[in-house]
Amino acid sequence: MDRFPSSAGRDIVLSLIRTIQDNAAYLSEIDGAIGDGDHGINMNKGFSLAEQRLPQGPVALAEGLSILGDTLLTDIGGSMGPLYGMLFMDMGDACQDQETIDSATFLAMLQAALAAIQSLGDAKVGDKTLLDTLVPALDAFEGAVRNGESFASALASMAAAAEAGKEATRNMVAKIGRASRLGERSRGHLDAGATSCNLLLQAFAASITALLNSEST
Amino acid sequence: MQRLINDPNLVVDDMLKGFVLAHPDLIATTDNPRVLKYKGTPVAGKVGIVTGGGSGHKPAFIGYIGRNMVDAVAVGEIFSSPSAKAFYDAFKVADSGHGVACLYGNYAGDNMNVKMAIRMAAKDGIEVKTVVANDDVPSAPRDEADKRRGVAGEVLMWKVGGAKAAAGGSLDEVIAAAQKAIDNTRSIGVGLTPCTIPAVGHPNFNIEPGKMELGIGHHGEPGIAVTELKPADEVAQTMVEIVLPDLPFASGDEVVVLISGLGATPVMELYILFNRVAELLNEKGITIYKPYVGNFFTSLEMMGATLTIMKLDAELKTLIDMDADCMGLTQFKRGA
Repeated sequence: MDRFPSSAGRDIVLSLIRTIQDNAAYLSEIDGAIGDGDHGINMNKGFSLAEQRLPQGPVALAEGLSILGDTLLTDIGGSMGPLYGMLFMDMGDACQDQETIDSATFLAMLQAALAAIQSLGDAKVGDKTLLDTLVPALDAFEGAVRNGESFASALASMAAAAEAGKEATRNMVAKIGRASRLGERSRGHLDAGATSCNLLLQAFAASITALLNSEST
Repeated sequence: MQRLINDPNLVVDDMLKGFVLAHPDLIATTDNPRVLKYKGTPVAGKVGIVTGGGSGHKPAFIGYIGRNMVDAVAVGEIFSSPSAKAFYDAFKVADSGHGVACLYGNYAGDNMNVKMAIRMAAKDGIEVKTVVANDDVPSAPRDEADKRRGVAGEVLMWKVGGAKAAAGGSLDEVIAAAQKAIDNTRSIGVGLTPCTIPAVGHPNFNIEPGKMELGIGHHGEPGIAVTELKPADEVAQTMVEIVLPDLPFASGDEVVVLISGLGATPVMELYILFNRVAELLNEKGITIYKPYVGNFFTSLEMMGATLTIMKLDAELKTLIDMDADCMGLTQFKRGA
């Protein structure tokens, strides 16, 4: 099958939560180099709160993402609260009322994620932000879908592009956010937001691929 | 870490509990544990004054809640913006039906959370207008002043905005006065030691012994230069020479001077710094109409100080002179 049931939303959202929990210290360490070192702490706090709020039993993907987004918006401040909060809320809206999720719906979700980030700030690709992960990942996914590739293959392209995009932030000079105060001194370090965005996209890719594989057997 | 804390992840919660208990005559809690308000808020007929920001800057931000000052404050984690929901809830408790002036500092997180909170409030029919403080001279060149951070000048912005609202100003008048206050204000900081976010456990920047970071930000953001730590008089001169030409301040001006410690510098040293600042302004024919010296806007346990100067006109003088009653800045007319 090239689609998965929305009711498996719990698996996907939990995979997002786990990757942030597992990498909390790593994210803070990266943030500490050019930010204030609390990215992992705040992300972990928000994602762990969302885990407590996920209902037991099947959760529609739209509902799960909406719970995650609402928790980040309500309970986590900083820059990441509104950015990831809106990102997940709008991804949820983009798959609202879909009983199954195919690559076209997931493409719409990624596009909604990008639109959410762009509605809040004026960062551009190359400014050393999470957009440097998200934009190439979206482009790769979209290109693969347009080439007629399978959902799983498009996810693999997305994951590879996200990883490369995140790595590319290492040689960028931050133009926005707190790290931008460092100017040239921000070069040589990964961007924390680009790194967490990559972790989340990898989790999307892995958990959806697992669902696609189980649907086809 | 040599700190008087319990769970490092709960320092903000623990601090808020103590703050509320210590100031029962000024402070009331709200339904949102991350929003505190003046106990008289909303004041009937008055424009609400709201601010907010990350914690670790005491007395900012909650220390400016009070009479003729700020009505409600959204409280963030250490050095991290409050949530959009906290700003929104602060707007709701501060609104008496005459609108809310949100007077805050120019940081990426605060900008985003305030923007989202304004959208939420608009759905409730609450009118919110903003002034974004950008008084920190070293944080960006003059032609990119919209990128500058808000620092201790925010205290004067709250003083002026709070007084204008208390005097019966409309929302537009309060916003205009607060905007004028910050437009007339310039600041610079010097950092002598780094600071540590308790939950992180170690400083995330370094200042070598014998050095100082000229132009440091309120979260340890690097300044324009790392220099030798000179005697206070020379540091004062360097700070004055950067601040004065930026507005520019000129002979004949009347100004407010605010010197704030960054947390760990003894207040004694702030007076040593002020002494030379006052001499230099006097030499340049600039009159200090009102000085403030103390810990007004700090950065955890950082050593260092900020210098803030605001040029006055008749309206700003009247507003600066108004009585204020809050933890961070209490003043009453004397000798009248």
